[in-house]
Amino acid sequence: MQELMEKLAVFLSWTMTLVLCLCLFIFLSYLLIKGLPSLGAELIFGKAEPLRVLLGHDRVFDGIFPAMIGTFFLVILSAMLALPVGVCSGIYLAEYANPGMKKLFGGLFDILAGIPSIVIGLFGFSLSIFLHNHFSDRFGPCLLISSLSLAVLVIPYIVRSTQMSLEELPSNIRRTALALGATRLQNIAYVLIPNALSGISSGLFLAIGRCAEDTAVILLTGVVAMAGVPSSLLSQYEALPFYIYYISSQYSNPAELSNGYGACLVLLGICAVLFMFAYGLKKHLSYRMLYRV
Amino acid sequence: MNNAKEIIAKNVFFLSAVASAVMILAIFGFMIALGIPLFKAGNFLAIWTGPWAPHEGLYGIWPMISGTLWIALLATALCLPLSLGTSFVITSLGSPRLCKMLGTLVRFMTGIPTVIYGFVGIFLLVPLVREGIGGPGMCVLTAGMVLAILISPTMILFFTNSLLSVDVSYVQAAKALGANRVQRLLYVMVPRATGGMAAGIILALGRALGDTLIALMLAGNAIQAPHALLEPARTLTAHIALVKAADFDSLEFRSIFVCGIVLYLFATAATVAVRLILRKREVPT
Repeated sequence: MQELMEKLAVFLSWTMTLVLCLCLFIFLSYLLIKGLPSLGAELIFGKAEPLRVLLGHDRVFDGIFPAMIGTFFLVILSAMLALPVGVCSGIYLAEYANPGMKKLFGGLFDILAGIPSIVIGLFGFSLSIFLHNHFSDRFGPCLLISSLSLAVLVIPYIVRSTQMSLEELPSNIRRTALALGATRLQNIAYVLIPNALSGISSGLFLAIGRCAEDTAVILLTGVVAMAGVPSSLLSQYEALPFYIYYISSQYSNPAELSNGYGACLVLLGICAVLFMFAYGLKKHLSYRMLYRV
Repeated sequence: MNNAKEIIAKNVFFLSAVASAVMILAIFGFMIALGIPLFKAGNFLAIWTGPWAPHEGLYGIWPMISGTLWIALLATALCLPLSLGTSFVITSLGSPRLCKMLGTLVRFMTGIPTVIYGFVGIFLLVPLVREGIGGPGMCVLTAGMVLAILISPTMILFFTNSLLSVDVSYVQAAKALGANRVQRLLYVMVPRATGGMAAGIILALGRALGDTLIALMLAGNAIQAPHALLEPARTLTAHIALVKAADFDSLEFRSIFVCGIVLYLFATAATVAVRLILRKREVPT
């Protein structure tokens, strides 16, 4: 009887693994079959001349170029906002905080990491309305608000990766410079941070990947379907994930739909590369970063 | 001079930690503040459990809460056997090469954007469900199935980690007593990893509750509490995404903040539960 149960467990385990792999295989091959034919310059630039678009002479109306640029700006801005704050918080937690503080902040960052992205989007949205009502009419859902909200979304990743890669450093690295007379700050700036760099950049890549793929936050904070290349921080913009979402419900002809598949492949490529980069840099760490609670 | 630098640096580090921590409270505060008009306008209890009937002035979010629970619980239930099986294969049953490949695959899955799952779901799974099983196609079942795939890497990685962090000496003792790979897994590793595995389930459930795009694209978004798998439903997250700010002062619009509060509390409860479980078990993850 027991032996039978064991055999059954093994059989079911293999079946389940197979089912999962099969689902993924169908998913990816469907995407490739539908998306590969549309990949090419026309997907990105539409009917416009690529060189003229890049120089800013022409606008693209039927390609994903504006969405790619929007996502690019979004990612860069959010990373610029989240990186300094996140790294500094991580340094504080790893090097300065006493155990009680560590526990308190650790708990708060875990909660922040668990908050659904749409709630953070809602926060950004209310912030834009608050700014609109109390400061200037020029504020509204825009690129800046979106980047700010995305920065809030990914700060926990950066804090954790910084904290953990600092805490992981062995004590001989940690103490040598101090013994030679370096101050605490010098030790952090010249010894600890350079040694923890791969862990920190692993967190950064994860954060960027999250910014590039997230749709819920930008949905509420200023992404629109037809905005062209954003002209300022306070203007609305397009983004790749939103483009895919928009096409899925609003496509009007097969060409647009096939552009949607192409956009899926482009986004998947970008995110896969970023995530694999993050894991490659620090394999063990990223597990813990994502799933330590 | 150096001393001043030290102190400034320390304070900068401390202040950034405080600033990012304050965000969590600020998010909650904003939602409470903006949701207050709805609380004041009606029966407090009716907001949570009442029906959604804007024309009669009723803004109960129960249909959305119910839709969220249906979809998230279904996804977790579907995901559980998949993740158990896969983590068993990764930790004990497979050959080293296969385990490595599966590990890479699972980590690759964490990088697949949600919106792409939704996109493929709409054009591949929805017609299949509509023609194969019946109903409108966009329903609780479709969203639950796609969501199960989406949250499976979370569960698998957590399961694998807790199984592998069981003390080696236990496993070796069982090996010395003649237990084979399957027996070591089922009678030694699994019982000792239950805490970590429970944490993984809660965490995956938390992700399922908080996901927006899958339900928004695949569940049909009808405002009614679902009673069967083939009925459409609207989740709290989708409700937030769908209510447009036509009139900022309308009570209908304010209801999205109540949805936000519920989601926030769900997520926080999941996080706290996971922390409590892990602290008790001391499972290094």
